[in-house]
Amino acid sequence: MVLARMGPLLVLWLAVFLSGTWAVDRGNFKTCDQCAFCKRQRALKPGQSLYRALLETLELTNTKLTLQLINDNNKVRLLLELYRLQGNMTRVKINELKPLKPRFEVPDVLINDPPTEPLSLLSQDENGVVLSLGADSQRLIVSAKPFRLDIMEGREVLLSLNSRGLLAFEHLRIRKDTQVDPEGAEKKEETDAANEPAEGETAKEDGMWEETFKSHTDNKPNGPSSISLDFSLPGVEHVYGIPEHADSLKLKTTDGGDPYRLFNLDVFQYELFNPMALYGAIPVMLSHSAQRTMGIFWLNAAETWVDISSNTAGKTVLGQMLDYVQGSSETPQTDVRWISESGIIDVFIMLGPTPTDVFSQYASLTGTQAFPPLSALAYHQCRWNYNDQEDVAAVDQGFDEHDIPYDFIWLDIEHTDGKRYFTWDPHKFPQPKDMLQGLIDKRRKMVAIVDPHIKVDSSYKIHNEIRSKGFYVKNKDGGDYEGWCWPGNSGYPDFTNPEMRAWWASMFAYDQYEGSMENMYTWNDMNEPSVFNGPEVTMHKDALHGTWENRDLHNLYGLYVQMATAEGLIERSGGVERPFVLTRAFFAGSQRYGAVWTGDNTADWDHLKISIPMCLSLGLVGVSFCGADVGGFFKSPSTELLVRWYQTGAYQPFFRAHAHLDTPRREPWLFGPENTALIREAVRQRYALLPYWYQLFYHAHHSGQPVMRPLWVEYTQDTATFSVDDQFLLGRDLLVHPVTEEGAKGVTAYLPGKGEVWFDVHTFQKHNGAQNLYIPVTISSIPVFQRGGSIIPRKARVRRSSSCMEHDPYTLFVALSPKRFAQGELYIDDGHTFNFDKQKQFIHRRLSFANNALSSRNLAPGSQFITPSWIEKIVILGASKPSKATLKTPDGKESLLEFEFDASMSVLTLRKPGVNAGVDWTVVLQ
Amino acid sequence: MSCALLLLLMSWALAMRTGAAVEIQRPRGVPLSKRQFYEENKPFTCLDGFSTISFDRVNDDYCDCRDGSDEPGTAACPNGSFHCTNAGFRPAFIPSSRINDGICDCCDTTDEYNSGATCQNTCREMGRKERESLQIMAEITKEGFMLKQQLIHEAKRGQEDKQGKLTELQGSKKDLEEKVEALRTVKETAEDPEKEAKERHLKAWGEQKELIRMEKDKTRMAEAFLELDDDADGYVSVAELQSHLELDPDSDGSLTETETQGLLGGADKVDTSTFETVWSGIKDKYLSEGQSDPPAPVETPQEEETRDFVSDHYPEDYAGEEEDVEEDEEDDDHEEEEEEEKVPPTVQTPEKRADDEVSMPPYDTETQSLIDAAQKARDDFDEVERALREVDDQMKNLEKEIGFDFGPSAEFAYLYSQCYELSTSEYIYRLCPFNRVSQKPKFGGSETNLGLWGQWAGPEDSLYSVMKYDHGQGCWQGPNRSTTVKLTCGKETVVTSTSEPSRCEYLMEFTTPAVCQEPASLDEVLQGHTEL
Repeated sequence: MVLARMGPLLVLWLAVFLSGTWAVDRGNFKTCDQCAFCKRQRALKPGQSLYRALLETLELTNTKLTLQLINDNNKVRLLLELYRLQGNMTRVKINELKPLKPRFEVPDVLINDPPTEPLSLLSQDENGVVLSLGADSQRLIVSAKPFRLDIMEGREVLLSLNSRGLLAFEHLRIRKDTQVDPEGAEKKEETDAANEPAEGETAKEDGMWEETFKSHTDNKPNGPSSISLDFSLPGVEHVYGIPEHADSLKLKTTDGGDPYRLFNLDVFQYELFNPMALYGAIPVMLSHSAQRTMGIFWLNAAETWVDISSNTAGKTVLGQMLDYVQGSSETPQTDVRWISESGIIDVFIMLGPTPTDVFSQYASLTGTQAFPPLSALAYHQCRWNYNDQEDVAAVDQGFDEHDIPYDFIWLDIEHTDGKRYFTWDPHKFPQPKDMLQGLIDKRRKMVAIVDPHIKVDSSYKIHNEIRSKGFYVKNKDGGDYEGWCWPGNSGYPDFTNPEMRAWWASMFAYDQYEGSMENMYTWNDMNEPSVFNGPEVTMHKDALHGTWENRDLHNLYGLYVQMATAEGLIERSGGVERPFVLTRAFFAGSQRYGAVWTGDNTADWDHLKISIPMCLSLGLVGVSFCGADVGGFFKSPSTELLVRWYQTGAYQPFFRAHAHLDTPRREPWLFGPENTALIREAVRQRYALLPYWYQLFYHAHHSGQPVMRPLWVEYTQDTATFSVDDQFLLGRDLLVHPVTEEGAKGVTAYLPGKGEVWFDVHTFQKHNGAQNLYIPVTISSIPVFQRGGSIIPRKARVRRSSSCMEHDPYTLFVALSPKRFAQGELYIDDGHTFNFDKQKQFIHRRLSFANNALSSRNLAPGSQFITPSWIEKIVILGASKPSKATLKTPDGKESLLEFEFDASMSVLTLRKPGVNAGVDWTVVLQ
Repeated sequence: MSCALLLLLMSWALAMRTGAAVEIQRPRGVPLSKRQFYEENKPFTCLDGFSTISFDRVNDDYCDCRDGSDEPGTAACPNGSFHCTNAGFRPAFIPSSRINDGICDCCDTTDEYNSGATCQNTCREMGRKERESLQIMAEITKEGFMLKQQLIHEAKRGQEDKQGKLTELQGSKKDLEEKVEALRTVKETAEDPEKEAKERHLKAWGEQKELIRMEKDKTRMAEAFLELDDDADGYVSVAELQSHLELDPDSDGSLTETETQGLLGGADKVDTSTFETVWSGIKDKYLSEGQSDPPAPVETPQEEETRDFVSDHYPEDYAGEEEDVEEDEEDDDHEEEEEEEKVPPTVQTPEKRADDEVSMPPYDTETQSLIDAAQKARDDFDEVERALREVDDQMKNLEKEIGFDFGPSAEFAYLYSQCYELSTSEYIYRLCPFNRVSQKPKFGGSETNLGLWGQWAGPEDSLYSVMKYDHGQGCWQGPNRSTTVKLTCGKETVVTSTSEPSRCEYLMEFTTPAVCQEPASLDEVLQGHTEL
């Protein structure tokens, strides 16, 4: 009955997209060559720019410089705006001076109008102008003919724009074969440049006014509108970011292949190690060299392609060395080119110079990671689908019987009444509140899915309201846009409309969403949006969101869905509770609304491996709350793979097991007692480390620093780290090298940091930094190391959910540096409300070990919070044996602490300081 | 430290049997059975013997023992366990991580002594409910067990019946085999004279036909002589014969004088009487001057007779066998035995031949009576042999049924060849024990096979509590459907629920008295669940 129950629609979908194979059908997705604007733009080769700056039009105000550019071929003028932004950033905006109609500028992504700083003119002549960018002798040089921009520091060029002459702006025009083009007469005499192809006859070939892919025709009433710009990064060999792609952390050059594509798509069974577009798009690229880290944020929500080339790519290490020795080497350089289908050029150049600076700079533009409820950092149990209330109860019971903690159980689409979101299947989930109360009784929670496609059904309240309010996305003819998705024929609410979002948010109120309770949170899937019968399984580009085409803002849709949903969860609690919303599609700024996952992955070893670079890439561009389906969504993992995936997932930010409907059940206890024990241990390690995770998320929220970091972020000078993506750091202090090889007998981890030491968190064995360390592994091994010089708080009493551990005491793991120093933090709040922010109700303490004394002092004097939690134990790694240990508390009392010393591993354990976690204290070793 | 308050908080246990309250002091979370290891004010040695600590470190909310035994009443040790007495209900151990976690785990509330959780003591209520349900279960078990005895009895009787039937069938099989042999002899005995008489008849007819043929030949020879004797001189000469090229012995296209002479026996010409010898040499080739086609090959009377024999008898036999065809397909042995009799019909139809040839005269009365007798013997033989086959079939079915594993006392035998249905909102599920499980949509659509009888699949200690049906209809990109049937004790034989916990792996709950265990007395049941 499998197919019958999935419904005829799915059968159709499967027939179309599966074709009986277990891999992505690449034919369903465009290559650059099949995408008219990408093909047109890529035909333009590097050379002298067609554009010239008209210096006589230069205007300099307090906040910006404006200047007109002209394309000497077609005389179309562009307006350049340059801003110097606070925090060492430069913004470059280029639009048509007088567009036929307004071009789309992305709203709602920047958290504010970025504050500017004055630009001052240093010099000007007929060749251009030189502007000061403030400190560090940074200058911005505008060259007039050909037009280019260079940002310099001292004598060094940091970055150049249009140095390869790939600035191209397809101006809006009137269709020539139907109406007279006012510019037509002039243009006939001009030689057609590559980026200004002839119209009329060739227009159809070039896809300027119409384009057909497979059976879908894209009507383009606005004609060609694409834009392009190149960036050169001298001295740079490593660029990162522009997720989402199933590819290595270090971006590859795209010469001879397709560019990296940014276009939110529901890709069935995606393949690894290629530049194809996936569910989300964040047009932010980071460049890194031992000297400097910078970022380029291309604020455009239309379909975008990114070409990367390098003058050192393809050269062997030996070749590079020869170049060096012979002195014939040119400076390494990476060239990047961005191409978007519509909108304007609006680029933020984040000048670093450190990775931390770039993270702060980007955070100042688009905001930081939402601070999740603490429980959302714990373990999530999901499956398509938990069949009914009894099933949910049985799985919940299973976790208790096998003594495995979990916080959230998830319900996929089958829980609804016929895929009508906000409803419940009356047979399978007749009493949702009873079910949720059962979870509350265990201090656990639930996530139920709410997708954005709405079943077209006149007996469905949600549909009727959206239709009557005119909230649906419209097709090009003005009717409600309809497409096929899980429920069959579906409408797509226009989430770009703030009124629509407000209405959507109101649907999460407890009196609107029947059966919902305060421990039920939300999952937004399919929000690319997925349209089974649409072009490339998504919405037609000529569909209308108000006056804008989907073409203009496609990549924003998913962000808005999650935004409206998160707003709904906040509102339902009267603004008190932090929301938790998982999304599949995302854009720059999505980090403000919750978590993302890497979509429908597959149960094989390569997909386990790719989860690391995929989440690292997201973390670099603001999205810290990232995870991959543990076990793999499609297909069934071997037991070994499942265990290894739990061990890996336990150390990745979003930790959720998920499985496809057609796979056999895989709750953790179904693989024999030994494997149950292995999975239990992995999950328990996660729970014990929750205080550290929470603290990292607090920082991500507070300052935009990623939780899961590539090594180079902390070891910026160590070139050996620049391409590492089989291991990662959590914060600064934990290094994780998951075992991702089948049958592995050992892994080789790179421990960075010359002169540093790392401690194995399980054995406390000390290893020196700046070495490749071979670590023999068994099936129970999860290689994790704590940096010497750090202090990490844990809760050793793992209970059945994170809420149950709320008031439990802390164990502090102090890993001493070779200089017998260590530093860490402790962050505590109520774990679920906004009171930490609105009422400063939190504890944030600095823990430091120096001069044989460990102390805790307040990092946030303005805050206040009372915790019953206390310090249970202090474990000092790399210690020597003291004669006595004295605890001093603020009331002036001193007491002796008992301790144990393990001489073989140099581990000192202080027994039960018992002091409250929120107060000042010092332990002195003598 | 509030945890200091927890030091040595003692728990109380009620001895419920006597109803009298007896105080037994021991550290929180310690079961009565381990009380002696926790002696107040004496150093405590961890139960694994690894280390010894002062008694004030027992339940001081810090884990000192590797085995967690110093913190039976706090959550300090990751591997500890807490004992709740649960007076009025069943005592239990819970992982110590559940102490003061805000969730009431022990019905006597003793696990939540410092979490702020408001727990109600529900032990008495639970005890009462459990006793009630145990009572109900016990009654069901009792009645079920009685029914089971009946089932066993019936199965035994059924088994005996079947065994008896089998023995009986074995007897009749033997009889029938003997009878078959006897009738085979009778048949063969009757067929011998029949065959002889038929042969005689055929021979006579053959001789008669030979006479006719010879006469025909003579006539033809005379005609040929007249035809050849062109000059009507009463002799056939070399020249006269030489025009008949078809007689050329070496077939080289010319008939030489010498060759012709050879044909004439060396003579130049022959008269009528000598021609008789010549004729026998040339008659096969000779073409009448008025006809150009070669003569149809002359068939030997022998062949002719054989065909007629077949055509005479085959239709009867064939008609007789037709009804048995299906049975025969199931039974190759029989088919082979009868192969000889079932000669397939020849290509030439007998009717056509009858036109050309003189039909055989009817058998004489004597022969006919012999044939009739033989036919009767054949019919009798066939009938008994058919009966033997039927007996064989019955025996096979019986042996199959007897061979099934119907449980240690054949208590599941009554399920054989029965089917049980459960109707859900979408489907009708059908369980035919020892045969198959299927699912049929309620509102149209074809039935899906969810598995064929595989084997008993319960755990070692209760093999007969689970049935496994597998190799059902294949799933899209998945395994073949299979169903696990869990059997529980009940008075009725019913399918109580079905589910599909994993794609294409079905689970069915089925109650039957056949799994009811001999009930312990209710007192024993309750006693087993209550600590004093």
